[in-house]
Order: sequence, then structure tokens, then C-alpha cells
Amino acid sequence: MSQPKSNKKPAIFFVAKERESLFSKKNRKLLKDPLDDNNPITVQVLGICSALAITVQLKPAIVMSLSVVAVMAASNVIVSILRNAIPNRIRIIVQLVVVASMVILVDQVLRAFAYDVSKQLSIFIGLIITNCIVMGRLEAFALGNGVWKSFLDGVGNAAGYGFMLIIVAFFRELFGSGKLYGYQVIPDAVYEMGYENNGLMLLSPMALITLGIIIWVQRARNRKLIEKH
Amino acid sequence: MDYINLFVKSIFIENMIFAYFLGMCSYLAVSKTVKTAVGLGLAVIFVLSITVPINYLLDNYLLKPGAMSWLGEDYAQLDLSFLSFIMFIAVIASMVQLVEMIVEKFAPALYGALGIFLPLIAVNCAILGGSLFMQQKSFASIGESAVYGFGSGIGWLLAILAIAAIREKIAYSNVPAPLRGLGITFIITGLMAIGFMSFMGIKL
Repeated sequence: MSQPKSNKKPAIFFVAKERESLFSKKNRKLLKDPLDDNNPITVQVLGICSALAITVQLKPAIVMSLSVVAVMAASNVIVSILRNAIPNRIRIIVQLVVVASMVILVDQVLRAFAYDVSKQLSIFIGLIITNCIVMGRLEAFALGNGVWKSFLDGVGNAAGYGFMLIIVAFFRELFGSGKLYGYQVIPDAVYEMGYENNGLMLLSPMALITLGIIIWVQRARNRKLIEKH
Repeated sequence: MDYINLFVKSIFIENMIFAYFLGMCSYLAVSKTVKTAVGLGLAVIFVLSITVPINYLLDNYLLKPGAMSWLGEDYAQLDLSFLSFIMFIAVIASMVQLVEMIVEKFAPALYGALGIFLPLIAVNCAILGGSLFMQQKSFASIGESAVYGFGSGIGWLLAILAIAAIREKIAYSNVPAPLRGLGITFIITGLMAIGFMSFMGIKL
């Protein structure tokens, strides 16, 4: 069982991708499915809580996605290691404690190395604890599966979540302030022709509407996701 | 007067759902019928108005930098604020357990209807969000924090009640197929949020 310990470290998903040979077809599916067919936000409807408030700009959205990847991968691995030792009745509290400790770690690291972004994210880092996607995957997957699979599931779902976050943030920052990642991308010449930034995109309701439109596009392409009502 | 101002502000202007998107998971999942929506909304109000004041006490007498000075000089330097996430969530989880037992005893029908969502209040972002906003706003007294918790709960109930009523009606209309269910709910919520923004700037 030396495997689980070495798995805990590569909390960033491209490290896992380099070792493609370890991936059977089934394992690859665990990683790939949440990106589209089984996306945590648009299909499983988990983790929307903190998803939208921080999507005004690309930078906080990216930091948030990386934090969620780290928290989910680590807590999935820990819960999966402990899964046979956790009594069923108190499992929710045990899971909350594991997730909360991981979030405290991430929060302290952010405060130490990226203080500005951490201020911008304000309470939303803390809210990763109650992000339904973390708890949902712990309940639905990590409690019943092995360590390596749980790790992949955690990374995959967190990446699916981050993917949506980044798309929403991309459109909001582009149309709302004409910038991407803080850099001006819409040239001055366009503004001189009469183009103006759409201030509405910066307000919170537009995050919901943007996401609604993304769901529309996704389901129009992927017909099997359509709900009856 | 301060209390009324805070109360109105927490319901309309800083509405948990429309301004901060907190508690969206259960908001989307339980809003198919008005009846269950009201039940969950009441449970959220109850839990919020209990946990925010309790966490206020915890924060002020245990966690804040210098909060432990009531124990003596030696403790005045301690700063335990990094523990606040775990303390808050522990308080919330135990309160939810309590509410679950009360509801099961006195309203079994509601208990059956709420099903899995009652224990999931523990991971409802609105509850932890209430406590974390309370910490961030550094209220002056426990009364203010209680009013804030109660008000945010009512705002949440209003939001889920409104969307549940709309969704009951929209079941009979002809929505484009890919937009059905989740998509249209998001867009309606966005439009409602724009409506709620008109309350911005109200001062009592």
C-alpha cells in the first residue's frame, strides 16, 4: 500500500496525465466523463453554490478551480483510505472534518502566496467545504471505491467543475470589461468605433443567465442529456 | 432602527441566492413543488437563526485574535481564527442533527417529503455562508448577528418559494427541448435576480 501516499502529491491534473500508461480505458473514462457527459455543474447539478459569484474575472476563477482540484483529490483519497474504518452513522461528520481540514490548508497556502486573490475570493474558499460536489463525490464514489480510482474521480469532477467556471468567467470578463486575465484584449480602435463594454455582464445575475445559455448549447449538441421536464 | 435596516438588507439586497448564489444546490433540487420548498425554507430559516448567533459567540470568545483575553493575560495573544471553518461546520452539523430529530418527531410527513435534503442542510452553502459573512462583517452585538441570520433565512425562503411557484406553472408551457428543466430555471433565476437588484440602495 505505498501507492496511495504517492498519489496524494500530484494534486494537479496534468501530472496524472503524463503517466498515461497507468490508465486503463475505464480509468480514463473516470477522468473524461465529468468534462462533458456527466459534468458536475450542468448535468449532476452539484456545486453551483460557489461556482458563480467568483466568475467576474478569469483569474479568481482559475485559482478557485485549482483549489477545488486540490481539495477534491486530497479528500477523495483520504476518505477512500478510511472508507472501511468510518462508521456509517457518523460518516457525514467525518467527511466534513476531512474536507474542512483540506480547505484550511488551501486557505492558508493562498493567504501566504497569493494574498490578493485570496482577498478577492473572500468567503468562497471557505465555502468549498459545503460545495455539494465535494460531498456528493465522497458519498457517491470515494466511500465505495479504491484509492487510485477515487483520486481520478476527484480530479475529473473538479476539472469538470473548473472547466465550466472558466468558460463562464471567460465570457463575463471578455464582454464585461474587454479584458482577459487582466490584460486588455479588445483593441482601442474598436472602442473608437462606438463599441462599449456591457456593464451588465459584471453583475451577478448574468452569471446565471450565461450558465443557462451554456447548458442550452451543451444539450442542443448532446441530445441524450435533455430532461423531460 | 439599525436592526430593521439590517433585516431588510439581508432579505432583499444581500439575498443569499440572488446576490451570492449560496444554497443553489438544494434551491435547484427541491424547488419542483411549492410544498417541499416551503418545508426546506423553514428548516433553513431555523438553522440559520440558531447557528449564526452561536458562531458569533464562538468567534468573539474563542477564535478571533485576542478573543481569549477573558481567560487571562497569557491567552490574549492567541489567534485561532484559522480554526473557524472547522468550528463553524461542527456547530452547523450538530444543529442540523437536532433539527432533523425534531422534525422527525413532530412532523413525520414533512420528514418524509424532505427526505435526503434535511441532512444535506449541513452542506447547504447558505448556512456556512451566513456564518462566514457574519465573521467578515464583524457585527457589534449578538442581536445583530441573530437578525442577520433570520433575515438571510427569510430571503432564502422567498427565493425558493418564488422559483417553485414559477416551475409549477412552467411545467405546462412549451420550453425549447434543450432548455427544459435546469436551463430555463437558471435563466429565470437570473431574471429574478435582476429584479431583486432594483432593491439596491434602499435605506431605512
